[in-house]
Amino acid sequence: MNEKNVLLIESAFKEYYFNRFDLIHVPQKATQREFGYQKFNSGMTRHLVVKNDKELHLMLMKEVPSDVYCSNAYYTFPNLPMAEKDWKGADLIFDIDAKDLALPCRKDHTIFKCGSCNNSVTELQSQCPKCGSGKFETASISCKNCITESKKEVTKLVDILTTDLNVKKEQIETYFSGNEGFHVRVTNADYEPLVSQERADLVDYIMFNGAIPESFGIKRQDNSKSLLPTFEEKGWRGRVARKLFSSKSKVPKVTREIIAGGYSAFQVQLEEIKKTMGVRVDPKVTMDIHRIFRLEGSINSKSGLVKLQCADLDSFDPFLEACLLGNDEVQIMADCPLQIRLQNKKFGPYKNEIVSLPKYAAVYMLCKGLGNAI
Amino acid sequence: MLKIGVKDLAKYPFLTEAGEYLKNTGLNLEQLGHPDWQPIVEKAYGRIVVASSGQIYGSDLETLDNDSELLSFIVAIILLKSAGIATLIRRFSLAESRRAERYLQQDLWVSRDKKNLELPLKIIRDLFAVNVSIDNEDFVIKVPDYLRRAIHFHEKEWKLVNRRVTNGLVYLSAHETVRLIRAELGEYINGRIQSVNVDSIPPSFRQRVEDLVSLAKKFSDTTYVSSEYPPCVKHGIEVLEKGENLPHSGRFLLATYLLSKGQTVDQIAPLFKNAPDYNERTTKYQLDHISGSSGGGTKYQCPSCDKLRSESLCFAIPDCDGIINPVQFGKKRKSP
Repeated sequence: MNEKNVLLIESAFKEYYFNRFDLIHVPQKATQREFGYQKFNSGMTRHLVVKNDKELHLMLMKEVPSDVYCSNAYYTFPNLPMAEKDWKGADLIFDIDAKDLALPCRKDHTIFKCGSCNNSVTELQSQCPKCGSGKFETASISCKNCITESKKEVTKLVDILTTDLNVKKEQIETYFSGNEGFHVRVTNADYEPLVSQERADLVDYIMFNGAIPESFGIKRQDNSKSLLPTFEEKGWRGRVARKLFSSKSKVPKVTREIIAGGYSAFQVQLEEIKKTMGVRVDPKVTMDIHRIFRLEGSINSKSGLVKLQCADLDSFDPFLEACLLGNDEVQIMADCPLQIRLQNKKFGPYKNEIVSLPKYAAVYMLCKGLGNAI
Repeated sequence: MLKIGVKDLAKYPFLTEAGEYLKNTGLNLEQLGHPDWQPIVEKAYGRIVVASSGQIYGSDLETLDNDSELLSFIVAIILLKSAGIATLIRRFSLAESRRAERYLQQDLWVSRDKKNLELPLKIIRDLFAVNVSIDNEDFVIKVPDYLRRAIHFHEKEWKLVNRRVTNGLVYLSAHETVRLIRAELGEYINGRIQSVNVDSIPPSFRQRVEDLVSLAKKFSDTTYVSSEYPPCVKHGIEVLEKGENLPHSGRFLLATYLLSKGQTVDQIAPLFKNAPDYNERTTKYQLDHISGSSGGGTKYQCPSCDKLRSESLCFAIPDCDGIINPVQFGKKRKSP
């Protein structure tokens, strides 16, 4: 990122970190966690210990990082190299990202930026219409639909966590990730000691990966209706039954169809159910027990929005509530072919023009690569 | 407090209560050396021979003398420790854990109706720190306790998504409950035997100790190692050649590795012949399944180095640098 952009963004970030200490706290058991941060145009600094809010605030003011992270794991010696940290356990974390949901709306708000001349277009082309280069970078502006669909995944996840896995509601924290999705953190002592492979199987459960027809009463031969799941059953059997039969009156007819269809047809049905009912989380995040994960209250440098806890998920509007940078006007050169909405105001589209924007909108465009400081 | 009778100890002679029971009888090693007790020494020897051949030593607890069942286990350990042959100890531990597994399953099954599950559940709880409770027809354990054990099984039915899960609990049959703790049971018995110290033995034991030494020779004659194999695969082959028990995950590694190197099921099957629990039909069935020629048609891939490390099956050497899967051994080298 060019220096002028870095200066503008850093000043906006510093202002936020200075003014909003109330939003930025170390998580519980902070002294057992590893912290890390990144600065613009620089690598990751990690293996840090931050004991309390005061030390965190000091670090933010001194370093003005582009991104701040904290481990979900607890260690005896969080500041030592990985092999010597002495891993003690980790919160269960989940990452739901709109870009992984294969939503049809994505094509409407993905911008392709030419790698040579920086020209922005909204449709993927083989060559840049301006300079003929074939290299493009993508930038995505999430829309309301992306957020709504991501929220549905969070709701499905919370349902499985509470009903199947006995996690209490108060042990689940949901955060807007600061860009295009949500982070969910579970602090439940039973699940803390699980290692990577165990978390992998747990995440397969949540995503409905690897389900076999036998588990739902369908064998390769001699099937009988008595083994099929029923409406009242708990867990995936009940969920699958409610999806397959849709209503109690349809049970006899659908049962006959399932038995007549046999094993392979049922396998196909399970695949379909996985697509709609499995929770689409990023499994790599949940499996990683040494990850440093974006710190709540910190700014996401991909957007300039804040990773923020959602008190009420349904009504949470990230473009309003997580858009917390200052609103002084700044001038930038904007090249944003789509309209964006922040703080309930609309900006753009702009075609390579100098515009005066509130700092939060200017930083958003700079972070997305859709503008430059002047 | 739960009262454990001698019949229970005959079934589960590795329990700490067995030691206390013996102490109370006042019997010591010197007395066991008396010719009157020779039948126990013979019974103990027989128990080891049966175990070393891969069979499970059977006891008819209704008709047999429970004391001699218990004593023969103790004497078998003394004989094994005196002979000091790790292969025999491992084979014995495996066979004894299979025997205990059988009783445990029976006890869970039979006593389920009588609501007298205290002993089997206590054994599982005390030895393996797993709380098993009962819900109607099923046994239930907490999801994390289940995951910790089930991830070592490769069969799809053990994936959590294929179990009944409610309120943080996994529902299992008696058979599945015991199957889940099988590996730990073997390790526990092996650990118990390892912890026993034998200073001197009565003269009447000596002949049988010598017999054990010659018996063990049978398992250490042939060791075939090809220099082309990665160390994890070599280790697996060595263990099998010695006739020792290779855990399921180790056998899965061998099968998938050799299949990936173009060997056929018929070429691979004889490798497992020496395994203590070898069964030709089962081996063939499982190899067919892994190769994808039966079952769902899925051809299983060789597990990654990461997975092998977590299963304590990795014995990396410098030549392993830069590879992430054993099949890459010898091909991929870390760039200088």
